[in-house]
Amino acid sequence: MSVDFIYPEFEVIRNEDRCIACRVCERQCANEVHFFSPERGKMMSDEAKCVDCQRCVSLCPTRALKIVKSDCALRENANWQNNTIKEIYKQASSGGVLLSSMGNPNPLPVYWDRILINASQVTNPPIDPLREPMETKVSLGKKPKKITRDESGRIVCSLSPQIDLQMPVMFSAMSYGSISYNAHASLARAATELGIRYNTGEGGLHEDFYQYGKNTIVQVASGRFGVHEAYLEAGSAIEIKMGQGAKPGIGGHLPGMKIVGDVSRTRMIPEGCDAISPAPHHDIYSIEDLRQLVFSLKEATEYRKPVIVKVAAVHNIAAIASGIARSGADIIAIDGFRGGTGAAPTRIRDNVGIPIELALASVDQHLRDEGIRDNVSLVVGGSIRSAADVVKAIALGADAVYIATAALLALGCHLCRTCQSGKCNWGIATQRPDLVKRLNPDIGSQRLVNLMTAWRHEIMELMGGMGINSIEALKGNRLMLRGVNMTEKELEILGISHAGA
Amino acid sequence: MNMEREGQVRIPSGCAIAALISREGRMMSGETIIRAMKPMHERSNGLGGGFAGYGIYPEYREFYALHLFFDDHAARRECEVFLKEYFEIVKSEIIPTRKIPEITDEPVIWRYFLAPLKSMLFNLQLDEKEFVAHAVMKINTQIRGSYVFSSGKNMGAFKAVGYPEDVGLFYNLEEYEGYSWTAHGRYPTNTPGWWGGAHPFTLLDYSVVHNGEISSYDANRRYIEMFGYKCTLQTDTEVITYILDYLVRVQGLTLNEAANVIAAPFWSTIAGEKNREAAERHAYLRTIFPSLLITGPFSIVLGFTGGLMALNDRLKLRSMVVGEKDDRVFIASEEAAIRAMCADAENIYSPAGGEPVIVRVNEGVQL
Repeated sequence: MSVDFIYPEFEVIRNEDRCIACRVCERQCANEVHFFSPERGKMMSDEAKCVDCQRCVSLCPTRALKIVKSDCALRENANWQNNTIKEIYKQASSGGVLLSSMGNPNPLPVYWDRILINASQVTNPPIDPLREPMETKVSLGKKPKKITRDESGRIVCSLSPQIDLQMPVMFSAMSYGSISYNAHASLARAATELGIRYNTGEGGLHEDFYQYGKNTIVQVASGRFGVHEAYLEAGSAIEIKMGQGAKPGIGGHLPGMKIVGDVSRTRMIPEGCDAISPAPHHDIYSIEDLRQLVFSLKEATEYRKPVIVKVAAVHNIAAIASGIARSGADIIAIDGFRGGTGAAPTRIRDNVGIPIELALASVDQHLRDEGIRDNVSLVVGGSIRSAADVVKAIALGADAVYIATAALLALGCHLCRTCQSGKCNWGIATQRPDLVKRLNPDIGSQRLVNLMTAWRHEIMELMGGMGINSIEALKGNRLMLRGVNMTEKELEILGISHAGA
Repeated sequence: MNMEREGQVRIPSGCAIAALISREGRMMSGETIIRAMKPMHERSNGLGGGFAGYGIYPEYREFYALHLFFDDHAARRECEVFLKEYFEIVKSEIIPTRKIPEITDEPVIWRYFLAPLKSMLFNLQLDEKEFVAHAVMKINTQIRGSYVFSSGKNMGAFKAVGYPEDVGLFYNLEEYEGYSWTAHGRYPTNTPGWWGGAHPFTLLDYSVVHNGEISSYDANRRYIEMFGYKCTLQTDTEVITYILDYLVRVQGLTLNEAANVIAAPFWSTIAGEKNREAAERHAYLRTIFPSLLITGPFSIVLGFTGGLMALNDRLKLRSMVVGEKDDRVFIASEEAAIRAMCADAENIYSPAGGEPVIVRVNEGVQL
């Protein structure tokens, strides 16, 4: 074996007593791990190809399979860890930039897990959402500074365009191309049923999905793929993507092999051609340029749609957000450093950006200090994993959250983090027709509706416990949060007290 | 143990409230409202009581009446330097009090009748009320040992650490005459017993007495502080007062509209509203002032020149009853308190959650 040899990361354990050689595993594995050996009369595996997506495990009719982490390891070293060494071997062999998918998996602090939520005792009654009304509706968009009245003294009810959400959660941007037609269909249908929004991502909008426009946010990214007048008109809001939490400071690259058929037509680029989004928008080199794009899009849609500006959480995010809030944007979306991706350079994904909790707290406070919090709504994403994370984000000051990884998990994603291969066995991050059809949009959309319904119940339970009967009264209500295991500085940035204080 | 001063820590409390008003603007001594608090003694725990009277300073009706607590006379002198810089002081005096064993540890309690200096108003480009509100915020946050607890015209708040009926006695309220009164007895769960923390809480001629503990506090506080208010006390009453001042004085909402913001109708109620204009207005107010929705239990009485507004939270999590007799209207946490003010009060009812009860002095009545 060569110096490059890396022992497979996973082992396929097949219980020979249970295996009936039905070859389901073989048919299900796009990575071609499993095969039948006629000589031996039994199933064999090439573990080197296994990504631990659990597809074979889930579909084996006799539960004969399990995938376990290999215990063949290099000598332990706290500084030179296994992964670090293997990455060096790969780069020494290939000379390339390492690619990864989904969010940063490293054990960096997850502040959500160090924040605890309050509940009412004695002085204030908790409220049972099964008995009392409990409201989770929010409106995103600019709020007017001053009430105006007509000649007869009636309030003039004029508003900048808003998006109304039945619960403060939206499906975040994932392009058609990075994920499949059926995944998009599931998201669009679920968003419609739930009264929330999904986001097209930067790959345009398939014509089949224009019917879900009321629940669609159309994205305009630096590559401008699939952007045309009807596209801008199709959605209920337009998002300018300036950055993404998984890869702040760089653009995107969808390999030519995924640019096939409808993906190519929807993106308006030739088949087989790599879709490269530049790192910057080449018409935005500064904040005043952003303002021009915001207003160009508003002009194009006659000021009927709110414009969202999405940025990655980076070091001076508060000042950046304040600039955006004065640039005509209606909504700022901030994506934290644990946010997911279909593919990103590993070094960037794992080392660039800051946690969304800190970014959110500092942006919300900064906008309030400047008295411009009402100019914009704040949406945050970058690893919102549960209803509790939603509640904590709202209490820190967000108007709503974006989720993507959680939505993909609902569709069947097993977080094997190899989206970049295009061979997603769950039919999500792939364009191979045989794989795409594994995801049934009827079932997929129902599972998304189930997940959001469950979260909404949990949000209501948590709110009721705090004696709050409307989500508005939770927004920015930081007294409802306490920190554990945090330094004074962390608490100061989050604007919360330590538990017990 | 070194207890934190009020304002450094949030203090929940339960309470008793009462109010009365004469629609004909007839003057009533403070004795009646003191009587209302006696049957509700159990609703307080001796850690705060107070009153507000309207129409009590007719001879100084043109001037802002500032009531202040000072830690000591040095603080008073320091504050007076500030006041003289911004105001013409027409009269300054100790607020007369009666020594009673139930009320002790009193601070220096003083009142000033004053008018903003015209040159200052001009230079700062502020209207008179905004100017006074700014001055109050400044004294309360920046001048050591000084605290303004009343700042309206022809009205005044009187408060202390103690049971409300004793506080009324302490301030000789039977000697004041007003057309409208509010009262409060406090049951805080923890307080070092600071006089400024008692109710009513006031700004300009608005005064609020409040029973409850709002769960939306920090959402409301962080929002309202964007507009120049500083919540120094961390009490619900303070933030409610500022919200009402902002909605009514700054945004120009009517009291009814302000009530529809802070105790907003549920979306489901709005959807079922038959009057389309009302539905549109409700939805609009909820959409533009989401952070001023107040949740959690509360019953409040807002006093203002010429009237009172009583309001419950939208789930009606605190008791509050209203009654009347002839030209007088009574509001209290309990019917017993209304009966104490007027044994044969009529039409006693409990307003629904979120339904404001607004009583004004009849038109044409000179106050």
